[in-house]
Amino acid sequence: MKEEFKIISDLIEKNTKVLDVGCGNGDLMKFLQENKTEDIRGLEISKEKVQNCLSKGLTVVEGNAESDLKQFPESSFDYVILSQTLQAFLNPELVINELLKVGKKVIITIPNFGYWRVRLHLLFKGTMPVTENLPHEWYNTPNLHMCTIKDFYNFCNTKNIKIFKSIALKKSRISEINKSNLNYKNLDSHLGIFLIES
Amino acid sequence: MNKNIDTKKVIISNHLKLDCGKEIYNFPIAYETYGKLNNEKSNAILVFHALTGDQYVSGKNPVTNKDGWWSYVVGENKPIDTNKFFVICANVIGGCMGSYGPSTVNETSGKQIGTDFPIITINDMVNAQHELIKYLEIEKLFAVVGGSMGGMQVLQFVANFPNKAELAIPIACTSSHSAQNIAFNELGRQAIMADSKWENGFYSNYKLNPDKGLAIARMAAHITYLSEKGLQEKFGRKLQDRDSLRYGFEADFQIESYLRYQGSVFVDRFDANSYLYITRAMDYFDLSKQYEGNLSDAFRISKTKFFVISFTSDWLYPTSENREIVMALNSIGADVGFVEIESDKGHDSFLLDVPSFLKTLGDYINSTYKVINERRV
Repeated sequence: MKEEFKIISDLIEKNTKVLDVGCGNGDLMKFLQENKTEDIRGLEISKEKVQNCLSKGLTVVEGNAESDLKQFPESSFDYVILSQTLQAFLNPELVINELLKVGKKVIITIPNFGYWRVRLHLLFKGTMPVTENLPHEWYNTPNLHMCTIKDFYNFCNTKNIKIFKSIALKKSRISEINKSNLNYKNLDSHLGIFLIES
Repeated sequence: MNKNIDTKKVIISNHLKLDCGKEIYNFPIAYETYGKLNNEKSNAILVFHALTGDQYVSGKNPVTNKDGWWSYVVGENKPIDTNKFFVICANVIGGCMGSYGPSTVNETSGKQIGTDFPIITINDMVNAQHELIKYLEIEKLFAVVGGSMGGMQVLQFVANFPNKAELAIPIACTSSHSAQNIAFNELGRQAIMADSKWENGFYSNYKLNPDKGLAIARMAAHITYLSEKGLQEKFGRKLQDRDSLRYGFEADFQIESYLRYQGSVFVDRFDANSYLYITRAMDYFDLSKQYEGNLSDAFRISKTKFFVISFTSDWLYPTSENREIVMALNSIGADVGFVEIESDKGHDSFLLDVPSFLKTLGDYINSTYKVINERRV
C-alpha cells in the first residue's frame, strides 16, 4: 500500500487540485494532503467509508463513479486518481472516459491479473486466484473486470489514450514499463500504475 | 406564544427592506447563546432553527420546560461542544418566541399585529439574523448550521454573505420547496384558517385562539417528519389503553392518540399566525430562482466550505434534493462533502439520537475547526 501511495505521490506536482475516486477510508487522501497538496477531494460509494473520511475532516462526497462523476466540470482537477478500483465497475471504459474528462491527467492503478503467482494459481490449482492483493473468492468478489498490465497498456493504445508514465510494482521494487519489457513486467509485477491523458 | 419569557433581545434599528417591498426597523430579535466567544472571535457558530424551533437550542427551554430542540447536537461534550464553541441561535422573524412576528404587540394600538404583519421570506429571516451578528461584533463565523428550514437559511446566508462563514452545514433540506412541500404546508394553513376562532388572524383581539386548526396542522405535518417504516415499527395497529375496538371515533389506535397529543402540546407553545407566516416563507424559498435558475451562482464567489447531510428515510426533503445542492457546488469546484445517513427516523432524524449522524457531524466540525485554526497560526 505505502509503496503505491509513494509512487502516486511522486507523479503529482505540488499544490495541484486532486480528486481521489473510490477513496475508501481516505488513507491516500491523507497521505497526499501531508505530502503534496491541501486541495484534495474524494468520491466514495460506501456510506461507512464516507463517514470515516468526513470524520477525519476530508472533503468526500458519497457517490458512484459510474453516475456521479458527471457533476464535476471538465478538466476541473489537475489529477484524478483511481486506485485499484477499475476492476470493480460495471463499465470500466465509461468510467475511464469520465475520469479523462474531469481530470487533466489521470492516475490509474490496477492489480495485475497477469502476475505469475496469479497465473500459477489458476494453472496448478485450477481455481480462481486468491492472492494478497485479490483476497476475495469468486463468489463474493467485487471485482467484475479483472485485467492485466498488458491489457490496460493495449487498451490505452487502441483508444488513443496517451500514457505519460507506466510503472510496475513488485513487492517494493519499482520499475518503468515500456514496449520492450511489457511482457516481462506483465508477468513479474503485482501492480501497474499508469499516468494517462486523453 | 408566551410574551412574558425573559429572553435575550436586541432591537435592530437599521432599516431592513423585505422581499415583499415593505421596510422594517426598530424590531426585536430574540436570541440565546451558549459557551464563550474566544478572544480571536473565531469560534462562533450560528445555528438556524426549523419551522417550529426557537432560540433555545440546548439546555432547558424556559417556555416548555423541556430540553432544547437540538440537545443531541449542541451542548457540553456534544457534537457542537459548547466548551469549545460559542453557539448563537435567534428566533426567526415571523416567529413567536420574542422576535418580531405576528404576535408582537403594536405599541400604539396595544394589540397584536396579527395578519397585518408583512409576508416574510427565508431571505428576510437571514438578513435579520445578520444584523444580530453585526450587533455581536463577529466579523467571521466559524460555521452556520441548520436542518430543514434551518438548512435553507444556511444556503441563503452563504448566498447573501459569501465570506461571513468558514463552514456551512445544511442538513436535510432543499434549495427550492417542492410541490409536495407546498401542498403539505397549504394543508396546515387551511386547517388554521378554517378554524372559526382564527378571525382573519386577529384572534388575540377577541381573546381567542384557533387551537383546533393549529393542532390539525401540526398533526398533518408531524406525519411528514416520520417514515412509514418508523411509524409501523413504533405503532403498527396497536390499540390505545384498550383491548378491542370501540366502534366509534375516539382514539382507538396508539398512532391516533400520539398525533392528538402532539397537536395538543404544540398549541400551548406556538402561535397560529406564526405558523402561517413561516410556512409561507418556506414555500416561497427557491434559491436558484433568485439567481436566474442557476443554483451554482448563489455560491460562486463564496470560499465557504460545505458539508451537506441527508437521511435515507427522509421523504420530505429527500436525498435527491440535497444532492442537487452538492452538484451545484461541485460544478463550481466548491469544497463540499456529502453523506446520506442511514436512518429510519424520517425527516426528524436530524433532531434525534442517530449515532452515526452525531458522530460524523461532530468529528467533521472538530477536525475542520482544527485545520482552520492551524492555518490561521
